[in-house]
Amino acid sequence: MSCQVRPLWPPFIAGIVLGLVLLLTFILVGNGMGSSGAFARVATEVGLQVAPEATRENAYLGGMAQGNPLAAWIVLAAVGTFIGAILASISSGRFKVKVDRGSGRIGVGTRLALALGGGLLAGFGSRLAAGCTSGVGLSNTAMLGVAGFVFLIAFFVVGLLVSLFMRRVW
Amino acid sequence: MDYGIAGTALATGLLFGFVLEQAGFGSPCKLTAQFRLTDWSVFKVMFTAIIVAAIGILLLQVNNTFGSQGFYVAETYLWGTVTGGMLIGAGFAIGGYCPGTSVVGLGSGRVDGLVFMLGMVIGIGTFASVYDTSLIQSLVTGARVSARTVPELLGVSPWLIVAAMILTAIAGFALGRVLERRSHGVYSAEDITEGRDVERFDAPGHDLGRDLGREAATARRQDAP
Repeated sequence: MSCQVRPLWPPFIAGIVLGLVLLLTFILVGNGMGSSGAFARVATEVGLQVAPEATRENAYLGGMAQGNPLAAWIVLAAVGTFIGAILASISSGRFKVKVDRGSGRIGVGTRLALALGGGLLAGFGSRLAAGCTSGVGLSNTAMLGVAGFVFLIAFFVVGLLVSLFMRRVW
Repeated sequence: MDYGIAGTALATGLLFGFVLEQAGFGSPCKLTAQFRLTDWSVFKVMFTAIIVAAIGILLLQVNNTFGSQGFYVAETYLWGTVTGGMLIGAGFAIGGYCPGTSVVGLGSGRVDGLVFMLGMVIGIGTFASVYDTSLIQSLVTGARVSARTVPELLGVSPWLIVAAMILTAIAGFALGRVLERRSHGVYSAEDITEGRDVERFDAPGHDLGRDLGREAATARRQDAP
């Protein structure tokens, strides 16, 4: 692997390419890109392994528990996202196995606890909003959907406020 | 699932992850810097992408490529969208990722991205266990918005909304430029890979450090291609 770390794409360029990728997704698939839906299916699969009866009878997971929950478009899109990120980070010398603690003011345990807690909130929230930053914030807003704009405002306002209490972390 | 669908899912997902990583969005430090208002990459990339895709979608509709219906726009349940957006915003500020970027974080070697994903699975399991309660039901089925899109809601041309978004983007780019210059500046590829601490210098009472930090930030900007 090359030790040379290549620069990031300028935000404007990355934004244009991301917009074209999103447009391509609409043309090829008929809907936008999503991410959190894949984790709803992973949660269903975990549920089927741990408590199959309760999972099949659950009002939310039951629908996804018919057949293989992981055999879904959105799961493969998430796998693709993972592969794409690996290809980009390795080819640009940015791949590095680590626990990212930002400025290093917090320990590994604290960082992982925050990541777990943040994930928990985001997972729960993604089911309330029927999507996340990708599916609602990007894709729905690109169709000028009401949900997308409402989501982005709620997301940014609360993110800004909560971030005030996280200054010691990063 | 047929191979065609599987292939397009993998291919479009791959492009999505590739671009997000190239933008630096595998780094929780860079992502959360948007909320500290010190690095505006998230706003710039997201807004640019939304505008490019929105224009493309509108042009496809003008040419009636997909019939007059266009793409499927989900209905909006206001409280679910607001509370969900709030929780994802909070989770982003606390955990450093959103669902898609946690996958990108793991793809660039970050173990905390995997832990965030584990948290999401637990969060979704928790949601499923309380889905039947009247509170959750009132959130996900209440306050349905009659219109699906903003132009429909306001009774204006979609191009007017796109024009307003372009103006908002220009204002955001300008504001971001000012605020990025006031702080340590944008996180570079080296910063997010090596975990170089640039913000430490901005701590109160570290005047010398702050100046050094500014100098370093300026030097990095000058080095940038």
